Amino acid sequence: MLEPSSQYKRGLKQAVDWRIVIYYLILILIGWINIYASIHSSEPASIFDWTARSGKQFVWIITSLGLAALILFILNPRLWEVISVPSYIMVMALLVLVIFVSKDVKGSHSWFEFGPVKFQPAEISKITTSLLLAATMSKPNFKISKAKDFLTVALIIGLPMLTIVAESETGSALVYVGFLFVLYREGLTGWLIAIAGMCILLFILTLTASSYTSILVLAGIVTLAYFLRTSRFGTWIKRCGLPLLFFAFLPRIWTWLCEWLVPGGAALGSVDPSVAEAITLAAGKWTMLLKFKPIYLMLAVCACAIPICMVRAYRDKHIYLWAAIGAFLLGTLLTFSTEFLFNDVLQDHQRARIEVLLGMKEDLAGVGYNVNQSKIAIGSGGLFGKGFLQGTQTTYGFVPEQSTDFIFCTVGEEWGFVGCAVVILLYVLLISRIIADAEKSRESFTRIYGYCVASCIFMHLFINVGMTIGLMPVIGIPLPLLSYGGSSLWAFTILIFIFVALDRQEKKYF
Amino acid sequence: MDLSRKNKLLIGLGAVTAVLLVKLFSIQIIHDEYKKSSDNNSMVYETIYPTRGIIYDRNGEILVGNKTAYDIIVTPREVKAFDTLALAAALDVDVQFIRDRMAYYRKYRSSIGYQSQTMIKQIPPQTYMRFAEIQYKFPGFKGQLRSIRDYPVDAGGNLLGYVSEVDADYMKQHPGEYRSGDYIGRTGIEAARERELRGTKGYHVYLRDSHNQIQTAYNNGEMDVEAIPGDDIVTTIDAQLQNYGQMLMQNKVGSVVAIEPHTGEILAMVSSPGISVDQLADIGQHYNDLINDPYRPMFNRTVMASYPPGSVFKLVNGLIGLEEGVLQPSDKYPCSHGFPYGNGRRLGCHGHASPLALLDAIATSCNGYFCYVFRNILENRKYASIQDAFDKWREYVTSFGFGRKLGSDFPSELGGNIPTSAYYNKAYGRKGWRFQTIISLSIGQGEIGVTPLQIANLCATVANRGWYIIPHIIKDSRNVTIDDKYKERQYTLVDTMNFKKVINGMYMAVNGGGAAGGTAYAAAVPGLDICGKTGTAQNPRGADNSVFICFAPKDDPKIAIAAYIENAGFGATWACPIASLMVEKYLTGDIRPERKYVEDRILQADLMSRVKTD
Repeated sequence: MLEPSSQYKRGLKQAVDWRIVIYYLILILIGWINIYASIHSSEPASIFDWTARSGKQFVWIITSLGLAALILFILNPRLWEVISVPSYIMVMALLVLVIFVSKDVKGSHSWFEFGPVKFQPAEISKITTSLLLAATMSKPNFKISKAKDFLTVALIIGLPMLTIVAESETGSALVYVGFLFVLYREGLTGWLIAIAGMCILLFILTLTASSYTSILVLAGIVTLAYFLRTSRFGTWIKRCGLPLLFFAFLPRIWTWLCEWLVPGGAALGSVDPSVAEAITLAAGKWTMLLKFKPIYLMLAVCACAIPICMVRAYRDKHIYLWAAIGAFLLGTLLTFSTEFLFNDVLQDHQRARIEVLLGMKEDLAGVGYNVNQSKIAIGSGGLFGKGFLQGTQTTYGFVPEQSTDFIFCTVGEEWGFVGCAVVILLYVLLISRIIADAEKSRESFTRIYGYCVASCIFMHLFINVGMTIGLMPVIGIPLPLLSYGGSSLWAFTILIFIFVALDRQEKKYF
Repeated sequence: MDLSRKNKLLIGLGAVTAVLLVKLFSIQIIHDEYKKSSDNNSMVYETIYPTRGIIYDRNGEILVGNKTAYDIIVTPREVKAFDTLALAAALDVDVQFIRDRMAYYRKYRSSIGYQSQTMIKQIPPQTYMRFAEIQYKFPGFKGQLRSIRDYPVDAGGNLLGYVSEVDADYMKQHPGEYRSGDYIGRTGIEAARERELRGTKGYHVYLRDSHNQIQTAYNNGEMDVEAIPGDDIVTTIDAQLQNYGQMLMQNKVGSVVAIEPHTGEILAMVSSPGISVDQLADIGQHYNDLINDPYRPMFNRTVMASYPPGSVFKLVNGLIGLEEGVLQPSDKYPCSHGFPYGNGRRLGCHGHASPLALLDAIATSCNGYFCYVFRNILENRKYASIQDAFDKWREYVTSFGFGRKLGSDFPSELGGNIPTSAYYNKAYGRKGWRFQTIISLSIGQGEIGVTPLQIANLCATVANRGWYIIPHIIKDSRNVTIDDKYKERQYTLVDTMNFKKVINGMYMAVNGGGAAGGTAYAAAVPGLDICGKTGTAQNPRGADNSVFICFAPKDDPKIAIAAYIENAGFGATWACPIASLMVEKYLTGDIRPERKYVEDRILQADLMSRVKTD
């Protein structure tokens, strides 16, 4: 029989999930080295030089480790659940306040400045939101399927998210979408994620291809989903295959037909009015035909099909058919309002970034500059990279924001594909270890909080790395633990170590 | 297939990770266009500037050559603490200058980074050698070789033109030809043949490492391109004559233009006051002084100034009268101190015998005689109206190269002005003007403006007895061919025979002796057979302008020259000796001892105070 005190002491060391701590340490070390590499030619100095960014980052790292120790060994983990409500309210107040008192930094109002120290409340709000989310959802009678509970959760996530959008920090707000994964884990129907995905798909299709393509794909997916629910894949092919194929090829056939009847006629409508007029004159008796567009036929077919389906749905009291019709109508509405959304809701620089990302505009010197330079830097790294401090792209200022948002470029250029893969795998290990610990946890507070942490890291990783390699638009958010900056490093340290502390406390007592 | 939600999320995580890795694999390993772009970013192109072509005179003497100078380049990042006094002494500059420059580099160190800055431009080789010996004491400083213009003879800044860095406007007008930092000929011969003189730039390609330090030549220098020096130019200028003309014209305002009549080659082109070659070599330093000088040395009077020609224009009117048949050489007209043209008005003349025939009228430069000639031209019964007669007259005049640009290869040539009948119709009304209204034109005054180059061309035309070749300053040479138009004869509308009659008058003006009333006896040099015509053009801005044209020898003209001195007074007093001295110098190579006093008088004369400036 062991004494309680010695049991406590052994537990202290054993109960901490050292693997998470090790991943954490490796990642901040990689970050520090790459920050030094990214600035060493424009600010050549020792890696510890306090005036250079690498030296400052060293200070941030030391203080972060202090914070980690504080959270892990001194503060009572019970504290977090207790302060979740007041801290959330306080940070919300800061988020609103910063809009009014901050200076304009590249169009966004999200930084508090106290002399040399700058601090972004949006970084901390991830922690407080996670805490309140965990506290709310771990209540015994909480059920996400209940409308009231769902609305509470939506409010907890939505409030900081919208406030951050108001600060013009759309990138940081996007991270909150990651909380959907937490809700999904806790029982939210998968349809919500599917619908969100569908909306994004329609948005992109409408902008890059056309609303015709968008509606066609919508019709295909809605019917497929409906038939998979009620019958089988074969039935869908039989009933919908032929019409969908017909509409898929209709534009092509139509262009060909017009060209055959009236040379140049296919260009009608897409050219300037004077040319269109000339073509109209040349078309003669075919004028009416040329004014016709494939989308008219498609809408006409829909206008006939939908009432028939509605009658059937009403007669058979078929709930899924109703859902399918509703989804289709809403999707169509979204498609037609996308142009409006794109032109009137999004800001100019966001629109430009999306256009470049979707390949609608080739703009290598303007908006595309960052992405192009970043791809050049990463691409030039090859398999093994150019070696530590040997990069020419990131170190000599070709890549902007090289030590903050574009730190991954330095990794790519100097350490190559191998280095990138190692960094990404470290994140994946960290995330999956957190998920594994969260799943093992007996307290739902710990579990939910763990998923929140994993989601935040995942969203940052995906958006940031995606941005540097041209998969995502340029959204200025840091790469967790790697990017230069105290605000971000502190926030992720706190975020992660609260979970480590919660996890350790459980293991210690059970 | 029933997965827990945890596993579904993990699968999602794996899928996203796979997407990221596949994309990374694609840009890092499959595509190599990103590597090429990265090469582009990290290669350094060092431009090698070609040396400009050399400019020779007609006898093979170098007018403009090249010499080496050094720019002192400093890379502030590499500078260590150094002895400012020693550096200033070595470079021949003020200590404070170096301190100021270093302070400037410190202030902008972040934007300068690893780049080099030019601290001092164009120091002479002797100074550079002194610096080079102790260069090791000053890390970060080095000299860069530059080729700059060198002027062995003072052939005049307006003629040669200056070279300076190309400006943004010019680069915009000539897209793709120049880059900032390139040098370009701005005026004179440098501008006239910029295309040949400039040569082709070359470049060296280096690889730059992550410190922006140059490492090695890229591909062992296989992509390097050597610079091709500019083509040499042979001009028609006679360096000695040009230099002599400038000496004679010092402290006078005006121009002298000399042409070889049978080729149209310009032998000398003096605009005074002009830019000295010392100023030319360092134009940037003197530019403001030159621009603000009240005598306007930047203004090339030979091709840009528009003057009334004065009496030398009587030759043109006489030739037109003869060609139109309204004047016979034997016709005599009376002149008693001028020509009365109604209401008691009189166009005055000086004292001479009366009545006179054409030969004497030219020799004595009788105003009254040429009023009769011009009246006969305009009141010719052949023409229905004075407008028609005037238009015919103008057609003759423009055939001599007046009233339009001659089309010389010298840049910024202007055309002067010969009025049209439409101009007078507008000024006086169609019925409102008669011969008396425009009587001043008889003697080259009034609404008429010509450039010294055009006057010299008139002289060459008379010397050739009826034709001229467009005056030009570039000769055919190995690498440079000139336009065929500089080889074709341009005929006037006046017959050769009529020129001979006029030339006899010009011969008499010089060689007739002072007693016979010849106005230009001061130009007479025994054995040279100089033919000349004086002019004294009224100048509304002060004293009369002194004008003289002459050519020699009479029967085989080798040189035709026009001198135009502003506010100097009688043509015979100043322009005449200057032109004749140049003719003598050109034809005999020296000045006869008995004419030395003329040369001394001209060299010592300072007529600047007579010129009004504002």
